[in-house]
Amino acid sequence: MADAITFKNVTKTYGDATVLNNLTFGINEGQITTILGFSGAGKSTLMKHILGLTHPTSGKITSLGIDMETLDELGLREFRRNFGMVFQYAALFDFLTAFENVAFPLREFTKMKESEIKAKVTELMQAVELVPESWQRLPSELSGGMRKRVGLARALSLEPRIMLYDEPTSGLDPISTQVVSDLIVSTAKQNAQRKLTSLVISHDVRASLRISDHIMFLEKGQIVEYSTVEGFRNSKNPVIRRFLEL
Amino acid sequence: MTFVRTYVEGIGASILGLLAGLGRFSQFMGKVFFWGAHPPVRIKLLMDQLYFIGNKSLFIVGLTSLFSGAVFALQMYLGIKAINMDSIVGPVVAISLAKELAPVFAGLVVAGRCGSAMAAQIGSMKVTEQLDALEVMGINPHQYLAVPRVVGATLSMPLLCGIFMLIGNFGSWLVGVHVLGIDEVMYFQKLSDFMRLGHVAEGLIKAAAFGFLIGMIGTYHGFEVRGGAEGVGKGTNLAVVWGMVTVLVSDYFISSFLAKIL
Repeated sequence: MADAITFKNVTKTYGDATVLNNLTFGINEGQITTILGFSGAGKSTLMKHILGLTHPTSGKITSLGIDMETLDELGLREFRRNFGMVFQYAALFDFLTAFENVAFPLREFTKMKESEIKAKVTELMQAVELVPESWQRLPSELSGGMRKRVGLARALSLEPRIMLYDEPTSGLDPISTQVVSDLIVSTAKQNAQRKLTSLVISHDVRASLRISDHIMFLEKGQIVEYSTVEGFRNSKNPVIRRFLEL
Repeated sequence: MTFVRTYVEGIGASILGLLAGLGRFSQFMGKVFFWGAHPPVRIKLLMDQLYFIGNKSLFIVGLTSLFSGAVFALQMYLGIKAINMDSIVGPVVAISLAKELAPVFAGLVVAGRCGSAMAAQIGSMKVTEQLDALEVMGINPHQYLAVPRVVGATLSMPLLCGIFMLIGNFGSWLVGVHVLGIDEVMYFQKLSDFMRLGHVAEGLIKAAAFGFLIGMIGTYHGFEVRGGAEGVGKGTNLAVVWGMVTVLVSDYFISSFLAKIL
């Protein structure tokens, strides 16, 4: 199976602090990979590197076969359209309704007619199981779970090749956590034909075990464990054991 | 001795902080210019800003200008009545409005009303990751948020300034002729004798420059917001304070420059 993203000896330092320490790994195309770790482990920095929002101090990152360092500012922006991202707090545009938030990327980047945009947004809203009554509400009028679903619909609107989820279940009640987790899995399945790669950043171990194909555990910028869910569950590493028992 | 050292260190830190801030502001301006020169041109966003900065400021600019013209005419009349020069109230007020009062007062109004709104809108978008969402979509936040606001403020300010001049002169005429009893024919005769198109041009050019600076400062402080709601409040406050101070300080330098070329 090909890698959608590869890191080769990637190190990131801020002054004396090493945030990512000589990371080498690949993220399988078409699968769900979760990066777990305690706060400050380097998970968010890793995601910023994948998006080209920050650059490694040393090492090489290849995404969808392209060396990120070869892209200039304009090239990077173009390249980022291959990604869809669901933010921790959804990051919906507060001046737009739920419907308009999902329509936003379509209006910005496609030449679709208004009727086509309406049909596409309707399809996406139904895919993330949002009731029509909520479509015209502003983000401030939606619950946390609903906001995450709108965020997911928005991220999917341009049919990205890689989906990034930043703490997708953070701050949600158990039922909403299950709904969002199931949506991540169903989104991956629905887009399996075009090999949608999903990368989830989380510290929710239970949800991660339920949704992932692979799990990577980061601590102090280093990979402690990177294996299948089964391998992770049976890991003898004391740090992993402690994390699993939390 | 320790007190002196702490005091000197404090001054040094303030100067370094100011220089660092100027450096960041210069970088920010560079980004706005860079992205402003790149497609796409977002006409709808620009129209929204023209509406917000221009149209929505009309009432407050109109009210301010009416009473500024009226009170300036009154004070001028009281000052020069003793030497029997009350007929020049009209041109004195008109020239003052055109060259100074209209661009500066309109600038202060826009800095207070729109500079703060720019910083608050962008700042709150920043703390809720909305700017990151734009970045991830491949949309440059400077291009999407700063460019329309800066261009909108630069284009709106001369229009507001022109309206300020008109309504201010109306206030001056109302008080001068109808309240203080200055002869109306003399009022307009002197006005046409002394008033030049260059005076109006100077005011409009200044207003455009103030609009540009207010837009830059307002958006810059939005992008610089750190933390949560407190950071947004601080950024908004800085946008208003620095916007107003910059209007007043730059007024001298722009006036000196325009005096040489106009």
